[in-house]
Amino acid sequence: MVLDFLTYGFMQRALITGIAAAICCAMVGLYLVLKRYSLFGDALSHMAFGGIALGYFLNVYPIWTATAVSVSAAMGITKLRKSTKISGDAAIAVMLSSGLGMGVILVSAAHGFTIDLFSFLFGSVLLTSISDTLSFLAISCGVIAILIILRKPLLHFTFDEEQAKINGISVEKLNYLFIALAAVTVIITMRLVGILLISALIVLPNITSMMMGKGFKKTMAISISLSVAATAIGIILSYPLNLAPSGSIVMILVAMYVGTLLAKHAGIFSKKATVQETLPPANH
Amino acid sequence: MNVLDVENVSASHNGSLAINKISFSVREGDLLGIVGPNGAGKTTLFRAILGLQQYQGKIKLFGYEGNQYESLLPMVGYVPQKVNFESNFPATVYDVVEMGLLPEKKLKKGAALIQNCGCSWNRIFGASSKNSEKIETVLEIVGLDLLRNRRISELSGGEQQRTFIASALVKEPVLLILDEPVTGVDMEVQNKFYSVLRKINKENKITIIWASHDLTAISDHATKVACMNRDLFFHGEKDEFFSNKDLLKTYSESAMQMHMHNHNHNHSHKV
Repeated sequence: MVLDFLTYGFMQRALITGIAAAICCAMVGLYLVLKRYSLFGDALSHMAFGGIALGYFLNVYPIWTATAVSVSAAMGITKLRKSTKISGDAAIAVMLSSGLGMGVILVSAAHGFTIDLFSFLFGSVLLTSISDTLSFLAISCGVIAILIILRKPLLHFTFDEEQAKINGISVEKLNYLFIALAAVTVIITMRLVGILLISALIVLPNITSMMMGKGFKKTMAISISLSVAATAIGIILSYPLNLAPSGSIVMILVAMYVGTLLAKHAGIFSKKATVQETLPPANH
Repeated sequence: MNVLDVENVSASHNGSLAINKISFSVREGDLLGIVGPNGAGKTTLFRAILGLQQYQGKIKLFGYEGNQYESLLPMVGYVPQKVNFESNFPATVYDVVEMGLLPEKKLKKGAALIQNCGCSWNRIFGASSKNSEKIETVLEIVGLDLLRNRRISELSGGEQQRTFIASALVKEPVLLILDEPVTGVDMEVQNKFYSVLRKINKENKITIIWASHDLTAISDHATKVACMNRDLFFHGEKDEFFSNKDLLKTYSESAMQMHMHNHNHNHSHKV
């Protein structure tokens, strides 16, 4: 059989971890994109790189140090942003460079990694161990469950923070919790596509699904489907073609985005025309 | 019983004093029109009431302050001048109205507080209405039932504003605060909006505070008037305000004079 390789344990683990991460990324990503925080994932992943370097330096399981560093950095930056009113993109630049800076110092202090730096930058989903798969799966389920439970306050908070506050939603706590969820999502996605490509999984499926003119629930469902499909196809195709899975996943997402864009221009989601007809004349 | 008491409230906006020691009360069933030129502090006053702005002085909802005030606040409907949402936000009219719904727990807590002070909570819907029924009802009230699956960003300004009004109504508010809700909206929609306003005030007994610098509209639709420009010049019955020439003169901001002119002009036509 051509697809015999799917029976390999490493392939199955890769698919399970990949799909779990893809679902989390699509869900967290929709809120991030709508809050104009598209690059936040990138910043978090660079912080996580610092955390991983710290883990190797201190001889601690690097996933834990990565989680600790990126969650606390994300919280810190959110607080800093509030108290000093620096803009979102500047805050992201601060996080991104300080995380990478810390990582590079620690790597040089330890006289280079004994493990492959390349796999952190571009992912190594085919090397996921059984214990990693299980812990990533458990973490993803937790993230997805929290996002489902909090979907209504999160949507309200993302759409209009002040109205959410008036309605008695504790906006500040929700914001911190969401940032923590985003940080955890980045940690579990790092294995899949690496530090440098995380933004693709956060942004691309969401801006693609947002083009289709649907309501919030459908947009999220489409985004999850695109993300899962791209991940599964990317991992499966990369093996027989001997390509990097991370790059393949990202390029499939890019293709989906471009395809949708072209389809939209060609009028396939031609809701626009009927909208124009039924709308009353513009305001004077 | 007073729904709202504002006592000696001062607040700043961008470092300068926006409202100065304002005091007034709103009684159950009032449709209070607040007039004042741009920058008169109307929005700052509303934001103070809604807990979005720091202030000195006291504000009470049904006589309550502190934690109980916060428990009642979700039952206040607020339609701001402009809602700044991401321009391609994938939310339909239905989604936006749904956001206004309060969890049953919060409604019960608020209703208990209102009953404790001897007032009643005038519900728009039957006590056992499902959420989907509530949403359909308010969409009909504001005339958007046919647009429910349309994305909010695809609507005209007036339709968006009506969506936000529906979202404020779906929570069955004890008080509805509207901040220049029809600015930039065409006359036809304005008239529709005003009839909705009067309807929910009369039929559903919802207390309304409504800011505008359109004196004609205030004189046509409000039952009480407050007039402010950082200080509160007047608060009382509508007829008293419009029959007191001195009062109208005191309030001599140029933007207002223009509206005054319009008002007299319209009035002479009616006579």
